[in-house]
Amino acid sequence: MSGNLREIWVYLSASPLLHLTLTLVAYQAGSWVYRRGSLNPLLNPVLLAVILLVAALTLTGTSYSTYFAGAQFVHFLLGPATVALAIPLYRQFDRVKRSALAVLTSILTGSLTASVSAYALVTLLGGSAITAISIAPKSVTAPVAMGISEQLGGLPSLTAVLVILTGILGSMLGPPLMTMLGITDWSARGLAIGTASHGLGTARALQVNEVAGAFAGLAMGLNALATALLLPLLWRLFT
Amino acid sequence: MLNALTLILCCQLAGELLVTATGLSVPGPVCGMALLFGGLVLRGGIPDDIGRLADTLLGNLSLLFVPAGVGVMLHLELLRAEIVPISVGLVVSTLLTIAVTGLMMQWLSRRATPAAEGRDGKTS
Repeated sequence: MSGNLREIWVYLSASPLLHLTLTLVAYQAGSWVYRRGSLNPLLNPVLLAVILLVAALTLTGTSYSTYFAGAQFVHFLLGPATVALAIPLYRQFDRVKRSALAVLTSILTGSLTASVSAYALVTLLGGSAITAISIAPKSVTAPVAMGISEQLGGLPSLTAVLVILTGILGSMLGPPLMTMLGITDWSARGLAIGTASHGLGTARALQVNEVAGAFAGLAMGLNALATALLLPLLWRLFT
Repeated sequence: MLNALTLILCCQLAGELLVTATGLSVPGPVCGMALLFGGLVLRGGIPDDIGRLADTLLGNLSLLFVPAGVGVMLHLELLRAEIVPISVGLVVSTLLTIAVTGLMMQWLSRRATPAAEGRDGKTS
């Protein structure tokens, strides 16, 4: 690298512009591959973007905190986007009201299934105790999951990663699985993917159908509430 | 556009304040979503510009998870050491949750309203 280039690099890597731009470019590249691959769920754009970015950061020896100083502007929008979920929910409110009891029962069952099965599987397969705790709230939206993980003695930053991976997996494998099982109602499809895969599942549901999107957003919110209340309680009862 | 953004940020801020003040174990933005929802119910409709802003934000929702996902680079060593329990735990538990929740919801809602228009879905 010539002296000039190095100066430019030092300048760019110190400003948030570079990593903010890289985040958008990587996601656009991921979306392009996803569209070119005729929307094959295995070519998930978030997964591709994360792989590209981790490779770029590793090659240039950039730390995650340097990267995040730029990427935080994208990350910040998760809050307003969560608030905005009130809109699809309001548009579908009549439908949600009609099946309120079914919605609550299903989300509660799903919430328990998600945390208990993840914790049990990791423990049975010889994972460490801290990993088992950190994976338990994996189906809950990231900020709540991190709070629960910390409260139970897990690693919040590991939980955040497991939450994102769960979201990617659910949006990749959820729709074909539900089709295989004969789950065809949009309300049930949305509710299931929102309960299991929080905002990433909701994003996927919103792309396909607004009814599914509204139920997914609702499920994400209620599952966060249910897990935050139930998991610490279960933990105290059984340990 | 600016009105809509201001309103959404105000809901989020009010949500955060409410959560801090009451010690609820819900995240601020989820509380903000409930507040905005309550406001829409009271008003009886969605103002155009808020609808448009929400559609823009939610249309690109998955992008917003990328920065947190890159955090995987902090834990590569631990993930490599426990690759089997973690990957089996994630995949099996996620699929199980989707199956249990979806089947239960479809069964319960069809039982409650056998003739309802809930069965309008073709698969995605």
